[in-house]
Amino acid sequence: MSEKISNSKVLFNPLSKDNPVIVQILGICSALAVTAKLEPAIVMGLSVVAVLAFACVIVSLIRKTIPTSVRIIVQLVVVAGLVVIVNQLLMAYAYDVSKQLSVFIGLIITNCILMGRLEAFAMGNKPWPAFLDGVGNGLGYAIILVIVAFFRELLGSGTLLGYQVVPQCFYDAGYANNGLMILPPMALIVVSCIIWVHRSRNKDLQES
Amino acid sequence: MKKQGSLYTVIYIIIIVVLVGTALAATSMALKDRQNENIAADKMKQILASVHIVPEPGQKVSEVFNKYITAQTVVNSQGEETGTDAFSVNVQEQSKIADGAKRQLPVYICTLPVAGTKYIIPVYGAGLWGPIWGYVAVDADGSTIYGAYFAHQGETPGLGAEIEKPFFQNQFENKHLFKDGKFLPVAVVKKGQKPLDGEDYVDGISGGTITSRGVSTMLHDCLLPYQAYLEKLKH
Repeated sequence: MSEKISNSKVLFNPLSKDNPVIVQILGICSALAVTAKLEPAIVMGLSVVAVLAFACVIVSLIRKTIPTSVRIIVQLVVVAGLVVIVNQLLMAYAYDVSKQLSVFIGLIITNCILMGRLEAFAMGNKPWPAFLDGVGNGLGYAIILVIVAFFRELLGSGTLLGYQVVPQCFYDAGYANNGLMILPPMALIVVSCIIWVHRSRNKDLQES
Repeated sequence: MKKQGSLYTVIYIIIIVVLVGTALAATSMALKDRQNENIAADKMKQILASVHIVPEPGQKVSEVFNKYITAQTVVNSQGEETGTDAFSVNVQEQSKIADGAKRQLPVYICTLPVAGTKYIIPVYGAGLWGPIWGYVAVDADGSTIYGAYFAHQGETPGLGAEIEKPFFQNQFENKHLFKDGKFLPVAVVKKGQKPLDGEDYVDGISGGTITSRGVSTMLHDCLLPYQAYLEKLKH
């Protein structure tokens, strides 16, 4: 990398200007799967932050020893190992959460953001910036997940984190939950709306 | 050694895999006991949920379980007792035995202070994405459902996953397994429809049709072998 990027930029850029989900369009698949309710979205976001940060540090530490021809396999082994360990820890210390997330935790392995960041950043940088990059991108992913889940749960079920927030008098007056919000296509549409708002506020992201 | 050579690559991969494998094995071994404890406690919680008992936070689940579940029994399809350790019977494996007559059928006998004796029967089946399971508590008359509990592994949140919500499970209360002397477990049908055989039914979940059907099939397949046992209770 020719120009040196400051550590704070490495940490904060992925939150907005270089967001993995809405700018790089990575990790969309899991964004569709876990955002029907707010709680799994939050836990999923946190798990991705943890796995991504550790994976970045480990890959960055061993980056000079990895043979180029098998680097993807090595990255995959590291990520898969971490995901299994996170799952085991959740099963031992937070069984209820792990039960809710059973399949989603395994899905972290297939999250494109992980491979993308390992390949693009951790392979060429020292552990500390790699750690910040992992945390930043993980948080960038988590924020979008939480925003999407917020709207989907609010409009689709009338609840937030399982608590009823739309008052009963609304329903009496003829308001109905939008069942379409629960279905996966609406996640895509909500993400598109966020991208639209985001691009119209950041002129330099707009293609001519 | 050349860094890009084949030998280096092979040795490197072997070392990485052995290291990661050791780390995973060590984690698994270290956490095994805690996990098994959690799994057992969770099973107890689910069994208790079918008779509407929820252990308070801080209360030991196993203590509550032993207080209310006063006996366990394993029966065969003739309703004869073949064992007493219902907890260790793997319902998943048993439900896969096609011939109901060969299954081991666990029953938990629960004594409640006011409501009296309930018989809790585990059920296991398939939803849309993965397994679903549950516990059905039956009154001493062998027919009236006192409570039902359902859980799932990965049904769609907001749709099929709603089977774990009280509004769905509470529908089963006071439904009957026997109708005019015939054994017809409760059916789950689309809102507004009625089953053909005239058995008791509950409303399925709109948008979760396949999961709802799964619950219906699960109840039918898993309760049928208990027919003889439930008939004995009745008399």
